[in-house]
Amino acid sequence: MAEAKDFKFIGSRPVRPDGVDKVTGRAQFGADLNLPNMLYGRVLRSPHAHARIKRVDVSAALAMPGVYAAISGADFPGAKHGDIGGEGGGDVADVAKNVMARDKVLYHGHAVAAVAATSASLAEAALEAIEVEYDVLTPVLDLDAAMAADAPLVNENCFTKNLPEPAEKPSNIAAVMNLARGDVDEGFEQADVIVEGEYRIPMVHQGYIEPHACTATVNEAGQATVWTCTQGHFSLRSQTASVLDMGIADLKFIASEIGGGFGGKTVIYLEPLAVLLSKQSQRPVKMVMSREEVFRASGPAAGTHCRIRLGAKKDGTITAATAWLAYEAGAFEGAPMGPGAMCVFAPYDLENFRIEGFDVLVNKPKVAAYRAPGAPQAAHAMESALDELARELSMDPIDLRLVNAAQEGTQAAYGPKFPAIGLKECLEAAKVHPNYAKPVPEGAGRGVAVGFWFNAGMESSAEVHLNEDGTVQIIEGNPDIGGSRASMALMAAETLGVPYENIRVLVGDTEASGFSAVTGGSRTTFATGMAVIQACEDVIAQCKARAAATWGVDEDQVAWEDGQAVPVPGVNAELKPLSLADIMKNAARTGGPILGRASLNARGAGAGFSVNFGDLKVDDETGKVDVLSYTAVQDAGKAIHPAYVEGQMQGGAVQGLGWALNEEYVFDADGVLENPGFLDYRIPVASDMPMIDTQIIEVPNPSHPYGVRGVGETPLCAPLAVAANAVRDATGVRVTDLPLSPPKVLAALEGA
Amino acid sequence: MSKLHVTTSINGDPVEFLTAPEQTLVDVLREQLDLTGTKEGCSTGDCGACSVLVDGRLVCACLVLAAEAEGAEITTIEGIATADGLHPIQEKFLEHAALQCGICTPGYIVATKALLEKHPEPDEETIRYWLAGNLCRCTGYDKIVRAVQDAATTLAHEA
Repeated sequence: MAEAKDFKFIGSRPVRPDGVDKVTGRAQFGADLNLPNMLYGRVLRSPHAHARIKRVDVSAALAMPGVYAAISGADFPGAKHGDIGGEGGGDVADVAKNVMARDKVLYHGHAVAAVAATSASLAEAALEAIEVEYDVLTPVLDLDAAMAADAPLVNENCFTKNLPEPAEKPSNIAAVMNLARGDVDEGFEQADVIVEGEYRIPMVHQGYIEPHACTATVNEAGQATVWTCTQGHFSLRSQTASVLDMGIADLKFIASEIGGGFGGKTVIYLEPLAVLLSKQSQRPVKMVMSREEVFRASGPAAGTHCRIRLGAKKDGTITAATAWLAYEAGAFEGAPMGPGAMCVFAPYDLENFRIEGFDVLVNKPKVAAYRAPGAPQAAHAMESALDELARELSMDPIDLRLVNAAQEGTQAAYGPKFPAIGLKECLEAAKVHPNYAKPVPEGAGRGVAVGFWFNAGMESSAEVHLNEDGTVQIIEGNPDIGGSRASMALMAAETLGVPYENIRVLVGDTEASGFSAVTGGSRTTFATGMAVIQACEDVIAQCKARAAATWGVDEDQVAWEDGQAVPVPGVNAELKPLSLADIMKNAARTGGPILGRASLNARGAGAGFSVNFGDLKVDDETGKVDVLSYTAVQDAGKAIHPAYVEGQMQGGAVQGLGWALNEEYVFDADGVLENPGFLDYRIPVASDMPMIDTQIIEVPNPSHPYGVRGVGETPLCAPLAVAANAVRDATGVRVTDLPLSPPKVLAALEGA
Repeated sequence: MSKLHVTTSINGDPVEFLTAPEQTLVDVLREQLDLTGTKEGCSTGDCGACSVLVDGRLVCACLVLAAEAEGAEITTIEGIATADGLHPIQEKFLEHAALQCGICTPGYIVATKALLEKHPEPDEETIRYWLAGNLCRCTGYDKIVRAVQDAATTLAHEA
């Protein structure tokens, strides 16, 4: 399908359907629900990064007046194994132990017990009455040290997966991964130039502004209702059911509006605790994390240590490439080394490469997805190495990438052949962009980098109901994290041929909408959008049948044009078109209400590529790096609502610049996070940033009716290396480790 | 300790409430008065999601004790739109797609109102420094700054 066509609604920029509620304070977010008779839940967290729990006694807390429930690991069902599902996956037993420690605490802030009381202050006082005895163990905090053969073990039962021979001894390396093609040694022999680099990035946090929050109420029949801010209420429901050994039908999950997630709100933390506390107290229980708890005990992004080696001919053709990529998993296995390894060379057409990935346990919080999980760190390494290669070859960095760029038909490093993709188009657009032609300001440097993310499809459902007056109600199951209701309504308007303003979109709870996977993987506009389009096509088919019945003609005598049933050309020309309003006025007589539906497992999510460049200035007295200008070019396939596509590109750029320049988890020698707040974990503020220029490229995705590719995650992949390469350009010094904070940059300048 | 009785004005309405001495204004607004449009992102004055006006001054409601509301005039996000409709700042945030998740938006709108009352024709730098106390993790700030610029122009024309 997907050839260029004229659209009536798609590509316009209307106000989002949920907009008014979000600018007036009406929209209900995770912590905004208060119920009658509600209790406040609080969590007791480990003061140690690694310790054996000898005893937990909640009885004194429970005896306090006003305290109605107190739980610890002993109140959870026994360990059950199996994949938890959801975006990050992982073992049920691990997720269960992450939400509440059992025999061991594995990071500072790990949940050990929880209480529910009539006020938050009483709940906090009750935490102090809980007795816990620990046997403190040596924490494993450094990624390289954790990989050493004689390292203390985070988990004595962890044996490295995917080795050629089964591991004999336990290790902190939970799994390895290898990808290879061709003959790397031969490739390096053919090279005229070889560059190597080694790069380190500490853990960072997604930094969503809304802390995790949920309210649960369990009735006397054991049926639970949970309101929570999440990227996927179906996924959180099944995770909670697994961890608590409950039936899915006994859990109803209602997604509130969500105040940012970026991957971090795809996993359970508070939900099973609130359900257990409510079950014990038979009262609603509200739980809200403090900002400090969010930093200490939700799921940051993996810290990494990467090595890249590239060989190339004088004309820039890469003859061999190797990548060694180690990712911190935190306390439980499941670092995104798989996607990192699959992404690292994906933008390039390589004959000879070898990639090794490592999933490494450390006594830090269990990592969660963060916008293209694993890819930004790998791209930082690869794109930094490519920058050095361009310098060695005296080539323009965009030209070097053009020489090697993957295109339609290229076999991706991770396996499949690419269908139509837009990398070359993005590179060519960046090359002729007016901002690229501008001279680099005095004292600044320019960095260029490419970003890539696979994008996901997965399962989605949608229903389209026609109201009595012919207006349209969409029901789908993906929390709207950045304007997806607007995209759904635009695609429905286009398909049905009715005005955008006639369409409303409900994000239904787990009882009101069909199953949908998480709002993640840049999948919602692509996959759920496809379900909405198909549900609209179902409505059109039914409307044509109703028109045929009304007119007394065969269904094949009816066509659909501009939101109306019309007679096919040439016959019955006297019949007046029937609008949705006309059809609904007569619906009771032609068969009753009209609702269309679709459910699918979407295949063919088109890969997303971007090219970013920016001019950054380094203050040589302080080492502070300022962003002077920044340009993001990205292939969106087809931008349904261009303003929200630009928003993804701009937001990703700034988030990535924060990662590159400021952000890092700072742990002390005992594994205690020293900067668990926005004052010391400093994300970019408005005065740090310039305007972010964007250019949307549209190379339609052949697998989507309107050509859509996901756009949410790719924007975070390029900025890390853009910043690193710009600092290299400005100073002549390659700072290999992030963040490019003033002390680190200054030290590098002084060492040069 | 017994609770304190506070008499105040919120969005023009006379309001009385009881508060513990250590309770913050954001806590009373959200948990007692059901004014949940004011959001809480950090409780330490770093994110600005709880921005409100106290006697016309922009503050973080998490850094104000509820007892300090005594005798004050407080404006929250619920008091920005009027019976005539949305405030131009709210309209411009919608037109410019200056929100993605929307959790920071109430704070931005209150902060922008304070900014434009003090600086009706702010340049980009003034906007960026005035709004530096409000964190947005989604937009990268570009569309927020443009919405504020456009709102300033609109309000100047209306004036």
